Amino acid sequence: MDTPFRMVRATAAAAITLAGWSAPIAAQQVPDSSVRRTQRTLDSLATAMQALQARMDSLTRAGAQAAPPPTTAPQARASGSYMNMSFDGLGDMGWSSLRNVRSIERGDHDPKVRGFSIPNAEIALDGVIDPYFKGFSNIVLKLDENGETGIELEEMYFVTTSLPHNLQIKAGQFFTEFGRQNPQHPHAWSFVDQPLVLNRMFGAEGLRSQGARLSWLAPTPFYAEAMLTVANSAGGTTHSFRSEASSEIHGGVPIDRGVDGMRDLLIAPRLAASFDPTETQTVLVGVSGALGPNNSGPRANTRIAGADVYWKWKSARASQGFPFVSLQTEALVRTYDAALRTSVDDPGTALPGKTLRDKGVYAQLLWGIKPLLVVGLRGDVASGDEDAFAPPLRVDKYRVSPNVTWYPSEYSKLRLQYNYGKRPGLGVDHSVWVQYEFLLGAHSAHKF
Amino acid sequence: MKIISFLHLSVLAPIAAWSLATSASRVPPPAAVIHVVATTPDLAALAREIGGDAVEVKALAKATEDPHFVDAKPSHIVTLNRADVLIEGGADLEIGWLPPLLESARNDRIATGAPGRIVASQGIRMLDVPSTLDRARGDVHALGNPHFLIDPINVRTIAATIAEHFALVNPKSADLFRANLKKFDATLDVHLATWLKQMAPFKGAKIVTYHKDFVYLAERFNLEVVETLEAKPGIAPSPAHLAQVISTMKAQNARVILVQPYQNRKTAETVARQTDATVLDMAQQPGAIDGTGTYFQLMDYIVTLLSTALQEKK
Ligand SMILES: [Zn+2]
Repeated sequence: MDTPFRMVRATAAAAITLAGWSAPIAAQQVPDSSVRRTQRTLDSLATAMQALQARMDSLTRAGAQAAPPPTTAPQARASGSYMNMSFDGLGDMGWSSLRNVRSIERGDHDPKVRGFSIPNAEIALDGVIDPYFKGFSNIVLKLDENGETGIELEEMYFVTTSLPHNLQIKAGQFFTEFGRQNPQHPHAWSFVDQPLVLNRMFGAEGLRSQGARLSWLAPTPFYAEAMLTVANSAGGTTHSFRSEASSEIHGGVPIDRGVDGMRDLLIAPRLAASFDPTETQTVLVGVSGALGPNNSGPRANTRIAGADVYWKWKSARASQGFPFVSLQTEALVRTYDAALRTSVDDPGTALPGKTLRDKGVYAQLLWGIKPLLVVGLRGDVASGDEDAFAPPLRVDKYRVSPNVTWYPSEYSKLRLQYNYGKRPGLGVDHSVWVQYEFLLGAHSAHKF
Repeated sequence: MKIISFLHLSVLAPIAAWSLATSASRVPPPAAVIHVVATTPDLAALAREIGGDAVEVKALAKATEDPHFVDAKPSHIVTLNRADVLIEGGADLEIGWLPPLLESARNDRIATGAPGRIVASQGIRMLDVPSTLDRARGDVHALGNPHFLIDPINVRTIAATIAEHFALVNPKSADLFRANLKKFDATLDVHLATWLKQMAPFKGAKIVTYHKDFVYLAERFNLEVVETLEAKPGIAPSPAHLAQVISTMKAQNARVILVQPYQNRKTAETVARQTDATVLDMAQQPGAIDGTGTYFQLMDYIVTLLSTALQEKK
C-alpha cells in the first residue's frame, strides 16, 4: 500500500537527485571532511521535505473535500455495523462446609453446589435505534443444579437520546435504579455472590420489572440526578411486592391481587449526587425508595428505603486504571405490612396481621494494588425483627468475605473468594469459591 | 389511599415543577464563548490554540493518566451535558468509558454527526490497522493505532477540522478561528522544520517503547521501534518477554526506552540496566511533564530529549 508519506519521501528524494545533491541521506557514516556540507544538505533537505509535505497536505485536504481519502480507516466499528454484540460467560467452582449450598448462597448468580456451577452466561446487544432512541437487550442463559438450561430476557429497553430539559426516559424491562449494585450486571460485581441484604429485600435476581423511568439531570454545578421508576409490581423479580415468592417473607398464603390503579404499581424514586473532593477522588451518594403493594392482603404495602455511598481514589498516574482504592456501602430498611391470612405450611393456622421490619448493610473495600490485580474485603449483615414465623429469609445473618481477583486481560478474570458465614442458632459456614469469566465481542464500557 | 396521594405528589408534582422551572430558563442566550470538552489534554491543547478567547476548554482525562482507562465519573456527565463541542480521539481510544457518559449526558449538540461532535481520527491515515481481529494478539484496536497526535502532520489535519467545526457552531467567531488556524499552521511549519532537522541525524535509529504508542512518532522521524515492553498491547510485561526484549536490544543496539508517566518505569529501568540503555520520561499529553502545557512545548521537549539521548547512545 503506497501511503502519502512514503510518496512524499520518494518525491523528496527525486527532487534532491535532480538538484544535484548526491550526499547520502543517512548521516551516520559521513566522513569528517564533508561534515559541514552534509549539515547544509540536511538543513535544505528538511526545508524541502517540509515544503513538499505542506503541498502534499493541501492537496490531500483539497482532495478530501471532494471524497474521503481512501487510506482512512472506516469509522464504524469493525466488529459490527449497526449493533454491538457481546457474550459473557461466568462460572464458579468451589467447596462449602455446608452440603446444601443453596441455603447460604441464595442469589441466582451465586455458586449453587459444591463443585462446578455456571450461574450466568449473557448475550448483550446494544445500538442506536434511530436519531431518537438507543436500545439495549440482555439475554441470560443459566444452568441450574440439575444441569437444566434456563433462558430469560433479563433486560430489554430503549432510552431516549434527545428529550429537552435534561430529561430522559427509559422504558422496557430493566433493573430498577435502586442503590448501587442492584442495577449492575453480575459480571460487574466485585464479589462472587450477591450481598445478603440485597437478596433479602430484592430476591435472588434483584429488583427488575417492566416499566418506565423518567430521569432529570439537575442544572447544578455538581452532578445531581433525580430518577423515578414506575413499574409492574408482580412477577418473579419483584420480591418484596406482588411476587409469588413474597409469601416467604411472612409465611402466609398470597392473595390474588390484581392491578386496579396506579396504587398497584411499583414506584421507585432515586436521588444521586456526586462530587470530586480532589483531583484523584470521587464520591457518589444516593438515596432510593421502592414502594408498592404486596400480596399478603388487598391493601397491604411494602416500603423499602436505601442509602448508598461510593468513594474512589485513583492514582493520577493510573496505568490501566490501577492503582486505586474504593469503598462501597449500602444500607436498606424494609417495612412489610403483612395482612391477616392463613399460613402456607399449615392451612389451619391463621397468621395475625402485623408490620415486619428488616434491615441490612454491606460494605466492600477494594484495593487495586497494581495493574489487573485487586484484593477485596466485604462485610455483610442482615436482620429482621422478631416474629412467630421466622423463615430463612428473615433470620439474622453475618458474613465476611475476603477475595482476590486477577485479570489476565480486560477480557477475562479469575477470582478466589472465601466466605465466613454465621447464622445464629444454625452455626458457622466456611466456603471457598473460584470464579472465572470471559468476554467475547465488543468492548463493554462500564459506568462509574 | 396513602399510596394514591403519594403517587400524585411524587409523580405529577415534580414533573410539573420541572417543566415550569426549566421552561422559564429554556432558551439560553447565544453564548459569547463556546464550551469545548476534549477527551484528552492533547486535543484540549489544540482546541485552545484554534479557539483562543472564544472558547473555554476542559479535558476529561488527566494528562498523567492512561487515556484508555479513564473512569466515567459523574462530574464528566455534567461537563458533557453543558458542552457545545466534544472532541474525541476516536478509533476506539475512549470506547471503554465514553459511551455511558454520552448516554447520561443527554446532549444533542454533541451527538454523532452534529457540528459539535469532532472525531479526530476522521481523515487520519491510521497505522497498525489489523487485517484480522484476534485478541490472542492482545487488545489490538480494530480501527488502527489511536495514538496519532504525536505526529505533527496529523495535528495539522485535526486543527483544520477543529476550526471548521468551531466555525459551524459559532459562525460569529469564524474569522477568528480561521485566523488562529493560519497562525497555528505557520507556527507548526516552523517547528516542524526544526524538529525534522533535529531528528535527521538519527534516521533509522532503534528505539523501544512500553506500549505501542509511539508508532506515529517513529514513522514521522524515521525511527524503528524494535520492541515493546508489553508483550502484546494491554498485556503486562512477563519475565520471558523482557528477556527477549533484552536480547533484541543487545543484538540491534537499541539503547533508548520511551516510557509515559502512567507506565511502569521500574520495569523499563530493569531492562535499561542490562542493556546500557537510557529510560526517557516521555509523554503524549501536554502538561504531563512540567513546562509542556502546549502542543509545541510538548513536541519540543520530546524531540530534544529523544535527539539528545540518541546522540549520547550513538
Ligand atoms: Zn493503545
